[in-house]
Amino acid sequence: MFKKKECVAMLLAGGQGSRLYALTTKTAKPAVPFGGKYRIIDFTLSNCINSGIDTVGVLTQYQPLVLNEYIGNGQPWDLDRVYGGVKILPPYQGQKSADWYKGTANAIYQNLAFINRYDTDYVLILSGDHIYRMDYAKMLKYHKEKGADCTIAVIDVPIEEASRFGIMSTNEDGSIYKFSEKPKNPDSTNASMGIYIFTKDKLQKYLEEDEATEGSANDFGKNIIPNMLVAGEKMFAYPFEGYWKDVGTISSLWEANMDLLGNKPVLDLGNQEGRIYSRNLAGAPQYVGPDAKIENCYITDGCEIHGTVINSVLGAGVKIAAGAYVKDSVLMGDTEIGAGATVNYSIIDTNVEIGAGATVGVAKERAKGITVIGEDVKVTNGSTVEDGAIISEF
Amino acid sequence: MTAVGLIFSNIHDNTIPELTRKRTLGSVPFGGRYRLIDFTLSSMVNSGISKVGVVTHNNYQSLLDHLGNGKDWDLARRSGGIKILPPYITSFENAASNKFYSSRLEALMGTVNFLNRCEEDYVVMSDCDVICNIDLNKVIESHIASNAAITFIVKKADIAGHNENEKVCAVEFDENNNLTEIAERKITEGVSNIYINMMVVKRDYLLNVIQEAIARGYKSFLYDIIIRNIGKENYKVYNYDGWYAQIGSLESYFECSMKLLDNDARARLFGIKNYPILTKVRNSAPTRYCEGAKVINSVVAEGCIIEGTVENSIIFRGVHVGKGAVVKNSILFQDSYVCPDATLNCVIADKNVMIKDGRTLSGHSSMPFYIGKDVTV
Repeated sequence: MFKKKECVAMLLAGGQGSRLYALTTKTAKPAVPFGGKYRIIDFTLSNCINSGIDTVGVLTQYQPLVLNEYIGNGQPWDLDRVYGGVKILPPYQGQKSADWYKGTANAIYQNLAFINRYDTDYVLILSGDHIYRMDYAKMLKYHKEKGADCTIAVIDVPIEEASRFGIMSTNEDGSIYKFSEKPKNPDSTNASMGIYIFTKDKLQKYLEEDEATEGSANDFGKNIIPNMLVAGEKMFAYPFEGYWKDVGTISSLWEANMDLLGNKPVLDLGNQEGRIYSRNLAGAPQYVGPDAKIENCYITDGCEIHGTVINSVLGAGVKIAAGAYVKDSVLMGDTEIGAGATVNYSIIDTNVEIGAGATVGVAKERAKGITVIGEDVKVTNGSTVEDGAIISEF
Repeated sequence: MTAVGLIFSNIHDNTIPELTRKRTLGSVPFGGRYRLIDFTLSSMVNSGISKVGVVTHNNYQSLLDHLGNGKDWDLARRSGGIKILPPYITSFENAASNKFYSSRLEALMGTVNFLNRCEEDYVVMSDCDVICNIDLNKVIESHIASNAAITFIVKKADIAGHNENEKVCAVEFDENNNLTEIAERKITEGVSNIYINMMVVKRDYLLNVIQEAIARGYKSFLYDIIIRNIGKENYKVYNYDGWYAQIGSLESYFECSMKLLDNDARARLFGIKNYPILTKVRNSAPTRYCEGAKVINSVVAEGCIIEGTVENSIIFRGVHVGKGAVVKNSILFQDSYVCPDATLNCVIADKNVMIKDGRTLSGHSSMPFYIGKDVTV
């Protein structure tokens, strides 16, 4: 028995995230820790529940163990439901064919049966690698008001950056007349956020046609959206205002973490608009020692700080020994920084040990790049990790 | 499973009237992100107890809000889990007095139905005034091995210097851990063996003494049952050697809280592998230390914004310390707001308190200044 759901969300979480290098050797990108206590996927899952969408299919493919375990039964996001809730949808072996997800559109195509079980009218397509807070209910309302077949959320980007995005050219009423993927000479600053609402029947039609087309990349941006435009379907751009960041690269991930800092942070998760939920582990409250110095930091439960920490984001269970110095860095959690060690301009994944007196990276002003240390790495006492190095073994 | 838990959330409410005016002792906040019931509840859960009855009396709204369906302790179970046991009054029983129970024994009488329906052989009974992290399996094992009717959990501690009005249960026992003496006393000096208000008891034995107490009109579990039967029944003690603090007054609440600033205390309470202290998940954001913040020797929970100075203090979730504000030797409960340039010393601020700009408040470590819930100063 299934109950009808007006809108079902499909969350594309299968990307490898190869541009995050050492951070994604053991973990799928959506499960990469962010902002101390969160993981990237918390933002989309929390947006769903905050928007009243309680049925979410999560399409996984690459290194799904951590992600599957993290999502579990969906309880932290209130998505443990009798009807609906969060469901992990891995690629599967069918009677006639077995396939990995060939592209974003193919991933949804392979799970049309899941969507149809809920007799849904609309399908919300999301990607699991963006940091933003958005009320999808408003977007759905817009979609219905416009009588659209497809609505694409867009954000205004600076014209000089527009060529990095999929750009929507729109008429005054918001309808899209042209879509160009990473154009050299953009004629609009409306960048696609990778968030689509489709009227279900149209989506199904175009997915089936696309699947039958040989040589198609089976991708929303490359195939489905252009095909619908050519066919003259009603497509609208939904303008979004607020914080939105693709954290697909080392530098953007670092920047997004830094956006949480400051006396008036660009990304303020403490305010009441759309709380972000996450799977919380039981840590004691943080303890700040008698000789500690903390300046402009974002710190999670379970941390013990005895050294100096400046302009940094610390995940749960980070221990910083006396005399250690951490600046401009993201420590994802359960990491120990030994006495007298120095960490500068780095991203350090979970469960890392930095030995006493070790040096990781150099001051941001002089650094060649962000230093990245992958999960479970142990940096021995007194050793040096060069600035800009990306290491998953030491 | 061999044991079921039974927690008395209200028994010592009157020892800290300030903090229990609007809540049970079990739901008194402690240690930045916990409520007192979390410690005993976590010990039970970590020891594999999956059915826990929580006995309440009055004022238990905050306790229900905290416990919810028990899922944060993994106690949202199809069978077992948390069972709230509110006062049991029918139109017939207690009709004459029409009163809530007034003693532990009467409270136990209200749990007979719950205990009858359990299949476990043993009951772990606990109050909420003791803070510890104990492996109850070891106690249950020793209880079974000695075939005791009751095993009292005892902690050897020096509690001299406690508030003079505080009473604890002091015990004496022989070399075979047989209980020889138990009494409520004021302790003024020296090391004593203190019964920490946790016991393991055979369920059959417990049900029998409750039936007998009903039949004979007994009023006190300690005096009418335990003390009368010392030497007759097989009463054992179990020596607990972990970290312990017992709260018997606002002053000792303050003192016990401040003990958490000690590294060793935190390691022995929170740092035991496989024995985490669990509490209600609030989904606060991490704590933001702003530019110009100065924090030393303090326990800080999540969801706080620190712009000013914090020293030797316990800061609960969602507290905001404004720019130029100075908080020293204080305990600030959830969602308190210290406005810019205010100064606090030896203050306990209850939930949602606001200290306006520039105010200066000070108590003394022997007599902290308490500000009630939702008060604006």
